[in-house]
Amino acid sequence: MTRPLLRTNGLCKSFGGIVATDHVELDILPGIIHAIIGPNGAGKTTLIAQISGALKPDAGQIEFNGHDITSLSSSRRAQLGLARSFQVTSVFMPMTVLENVMLAVQGADGHSYRFWRPVHKDSEMLEKSMGYLQQVGLADRARHLAAEISHGEQRQLEISMALAMKPRLLLLDEPMAGMGLEESSRMIRFLAKLREQTTILLIEHDMDAVFSLADTLSVLVHGSVIATGTVKNIRANPEVQRAYLGEEHA
Amino acid sequence: MTAWFPSSISGRCYCVLLVLLAVAPWIFQWTDQPFLLDLLSRGLILAIAATSLNLIMGYGGMVSLGHAAFIGIGAYCVGIPAYYDLYNGWFHLGLTIVVSAVFALLAGAVSLRTRGVYFIMITLAFSQMVYFAFVSLEEYGGDDGLVIYLRSEFPDFLTMQGPVALYYWIFATLLLTLFLVHRLVRARFGRVIAGAKHNEQRMQSLGFDTYRYRLTCYVISGVTCGLAGMLLGNFTGFISPEMMSWIRSGELIFMVVMGGSGFLFGPLVGTGAFVILEQYLPEFMKFLNPSWLEYWHLPFGLLLVLLVLFGKGGIHGMLSKLDSRTRQSDR
Amino acid sequence: MDWSLLLTQLMNGLQLGLLLFLLASGLTLIFGIMDFINLSHGSFYMIGAYFCGSIVARGGSFLVAVLVALVGMFIVGALIERVIARRLYRADHLDHVLATFGLILIFDAIVHIVWGPSGMAIPLPAILDGQVTLGSLVLPTYRLVIISGGLLVAAILSVLVTRSRLGMMIRAGASNRTMAEALGVNIHKLFLIVFAIGATMSGFAGMLIAPITEASIGMGNDIIIIAFVVVIVGGIGSIKGAFHASILIGLIDTLGRSYLDDLLKIFMSLDYAETAAPALSAMLVYILMAVVLAFRPQGLFPPAGIRA
Ligand SMILES: Nc1ncnc2c1ncn2[C@@H]1O[C@H](COP(=O)(O)OP(=O)(O)O)[C@@H](O)[C@H]1O
Ligand SMILES: [Mg+2]
Repeated sequence: MTRPLLRTNGLCKSFGGIVATDHVELDILPGIIHAIIGPNGAGKTTLIAQISGALKPDAGQIEFNGHDITSLSSSRRAQLGLARSFQVTSVFMPMTVLENVMLAVQGADGHSYRFWRPVHKDSEMLEKSMGYLQQVGLADRARHLAAEISHGEQRQLEISMALAMKPRLLLLDEPMAGMGLEESSRMIRFLAKLREQTTILLIEHDMDAVFSLADTLSVLVHGSVIATGTVKNIRANPEVQRAYLGEEHA
Repeated sequence: MTAWFPSSISGRCYCVLLVLLAVAPWIFQWTDQPFLLDLLSRGLILAIAATSLNLIMGYGGMVSLGHAAFIGIGAYCVGIPAYYDLYNGWFHLGLTIVVSAVFALLAGAVSLRTRGVYFIMITLAFSQMVYFAFVSLEEYGGDDGLVIYLRSEFPDFLTMQGPVALYYWIFATLLLTLFLVHRLVRARFGRVIAGAKHNEQRMQSLGFDTYRYRLTCYVISGVTCGLAGMLLGNFTGFISPEMMSWIRSGELIFMVVMGGSGFLFGPLVGTGAFVILEQYLPEFMKFLNPSWLEYWHLPFGLLLVLLVLFGKGGIHGMLSKLDSRTRQSDR
Repeated sequence: MDWSLLLTQLMNGLQLGLLLFLLASGLTLIFGIMDFINLSHGSFYMIGAYFCGSIVARGGSFLVAVLVALVGMFIVGALIERVIARRLYRADHLDHVLATFGLILIFDAIVHIVWGPSGMAIPLPAILDGQVTLGSLVLPTYRLVIISGGLLVAAILSVLVTRSRLGMMIRAGASNRTMAEALGVNIHKLFLIVFAIGATMSGFAGMLIAPITEASIGMGNDIIIIAFVVVIVGGIGSIKGAFHASILIGLIDTLGRSYLDDLLKIFMSLDYAETAAPALSAMLVYILMAVVLAFRPQGLFPPAGIRA
C-alpha cells in the first residue's frame, strides 16, 4: 500500500458552539483526485483552511508527506508544496493577470529578497508565467487587470496561480462555483488532465463533475467523514444516500 | 516606457522638476535669494522622509503615525556626538544607520504583529517613547534641545560646509532614495510588499512569510528616514525632541497623501506643497489682513479636510488625469 | 515610607485616571461603533475649557458655567458629526487620521482667533478653592470635586449603557453594527448622539482641569494620545475596559513619576537611576500599550461579541 501524501488525524475545529470539523480522519493517496462532497455548512472550507494553515485546529494532527505540519504557518506549508485555491475568488484585483501569476511563480522560486532587478525585465519569469496562463487559456488576458476579467476567468486565474506554485497537493475549494455551464465543462476537462501533474483534493458541489473526476470520494456531514470510497462504493452506500444523496434523489 | 524621456505628462513634469532642483542653487544665486535655497533644502530633507514613509505606507499599506521618530533619531545621531566634539561624518552616518535600523527592527517586530488601527496606534506609541526619552535626557538639553555648532565632516570626501554644498548632499540623497524606492518596488521584494498590502492571507498561501518581508521593508524605510534626520540635524544646527512629536508624524502623512500615496514622486510633490503652504500661507493671511498672520493653520486645516473629502489621489492623481495616453503608473 | 505622600499620589493618579476616562469613554464608543479614529477628540477638551472660562469671565458662577458649557459642547459635537465626521465613516483609517488632524489645526486656529494666543485662567469659587482635612491627609477641595465629578459621570454612563434603551443600541452597535442595523436601530441618529455625548464628556474633562492648569491652545493634543492608549489597552468599544484602563494608566503614570527612581535605585546606581527614571516613567504608559498589543491585541477588556 502506498503511503498517503496527506493524512489528517482526529482534526477538530469549532466556532463557539458550532462544530465545523469533528475528528476528521482523511488519507489522501498520491497521484489521484480525491473529492470531498457534503451539504452546505458541512465544514468543507473549514477543513481546507486547516490543511492549508489558514486556521489552527483545536485538536488533531496533519501529516504531509510523512512530516507533521500541524504547527507550521501557512507560508511554510505552501513552500512545502501545498497550494490552495479559494472558494471566494481571491486574486489581486488591482494587479494585472500576468502580475498575479508572477507573484505565484515568485512564491515557488523560494525567497524574494531580491531588491534590485525589476520583475518585468525578468524574461525567464515572464516566460514561465505566460506558460501557466496558456495552460488555463488566459494568455490573451495577461495584460488586463484582474478586476476587469470575467468571474469565470478569475476562477481560472486562481487555478493557474495555484499551479504556478508547483504544488505536490492542490487544494481546490469549489473551483467551479459561479461558473456557466460551458466554462464548467472546460474546467472539468482541464482538471482531468491535471491528474497527471499533481495530487488534487477537490471540493465540489456539482455531482456530475465529482463523479466524472474523482478517483476517491469522501462524504462530509456535520463535520464528520461518514464514508470514503470509490465513486461506485459511495453511490451504493445506504448511509450516504440517506444522509446526503437522498436529499437530491428523493 | 523604456525611452529616456517619459511619454506621459506627469512623467515629463517630474523630469523637469528634477532638472530644476539640480540647478536651483545657481538660479537662487543669480537672483540673489539665499533664503529660497534654505527653504528648498528643508523641503528636500522632508521629501526624503516622506518618500521613506511612502515606501511602507503607500506601497505597503502600513500607516505609521510615528515616522518622525526616525527623523529625531537621525538628528540626535549627529547632535550627541557633536556634543562630545565628535564631528566625523562617517561616524555620524554609521551611527544613524545602525541606531535607526535597530530601532526599526525592534519597533517593527512588535508593531507588525498588529494591523490597521492598532498598527497606527502602536507606531505612535513607539515614537512617543523615543520622544519622551529625549525629553527627559537632561544631559542633551531635554525639552530645550541641543545646538550643533559644526556640520558633519567628511575628510577627503565631499564637504558639507556652506549652504550650496549641503544642498547637493541633500539633493543627492533624495535622488538616491527615489532611485532606491523605484527599483525596490519593481523588484521581487517590492511585488511581495504590494501583494501583502492587498491581501495578506493570499500572499501567505502563496508561500510568502509576509511578516518578515514587511519587517525588512520597515527597516529600510526607517534607515532612510534616519538619514533625512541626519541631514536635518546638519541643516538646522539645532535639534530638539519636538522634531519627533506626533504632530510631525502627522505632517509626514499629509505630505505623502497630498502628493499622491503609492507614487514615486508623490511625496516630493506633497512636501513641496507643504513647505510652500507653511511658508506662504501666513504671508497670504497677512496680506488679507495684517492681524491674521498667525491664523494660517485655519486654511491649512480646511485644506486637509477638503483633501480627504474631495482630493483622492493627491496632486499626482490630478496630474495623471491629464495622462490620457498612458495608463501605466508606477503602481 | 511616607504614607500621606503615597495617598496624595494615589489621589492624583485617580484624578488623572478619571479625566482620562471622560475622554476615553467617548473616544472608545466612537471608535467601536463608527470605526472612526478621531484625533480631534482632544480639541473638544480644549473647547470645553474655553467655553466654561468665558462664561466665568462674564460673571457666571462656575457651576452655571459648566452646565451651559456642557450644552454648548453637545451642540458643537452634533455639528461636527453632521458636517464632517459623518462623511468620513466609510473612508479608511488613513483618511480619518488626516481629516481629523486637519480639524485639530482648525480648532486650534479658531480658539486662537476667538480667545487670543495666551491661556485663560479660570478662577474657582471660594468654597471649592480651600482644602479639606481627612485624618492626617490634607487635600485640595477641588481635587475631590474632580474625582467625584468623574466618578459621577462614570456612574451615569454605566447606568445609561447597561439600563437604557439608548444603551442597548450602543452596545448592539459596538459589538455588531450590521446586527444593530438589522434590528432597526436608526444608525444615523445613534451615531449623532454618541458623537455628541463623546464631545460633551471630553469637554467636561477640559472644564474640570482648566481651573488647575488654565485653558490653553493645544491643551488636548497631548492628553488625547494617552486617551488613545487607554482605548487600545481597554479594548476598542468597551466602556468598562476604558474605565479600568483609565484608572490603571492614571495610577501608573502618576506613581511612576514619583516612585520609579526609588524603585530603580534598588537595581542600579544612584546616578543611573536618576537619569533613567524620568525617561522611563514618561514612557511607561506607552510600554504598557506595546506590551498589551503584543500579547492581547484586542485589549484587556474587549466588548462582548467582538470576534478576536
Ligand atoms: N469564521 C467563522 N466563524 C464562525 N463560524 C464559522 C466560521 N467559518 C465557518 N463557520 C461555520 O462552520 C460551519 C462550516 O462552514 P464551512 O466550512 O464554510 O462549510 P462548507 O464549506 O462545507 O459549506 C458552518 O456552520 C459555518 O457557519
Ligand atoms: Mg465552503
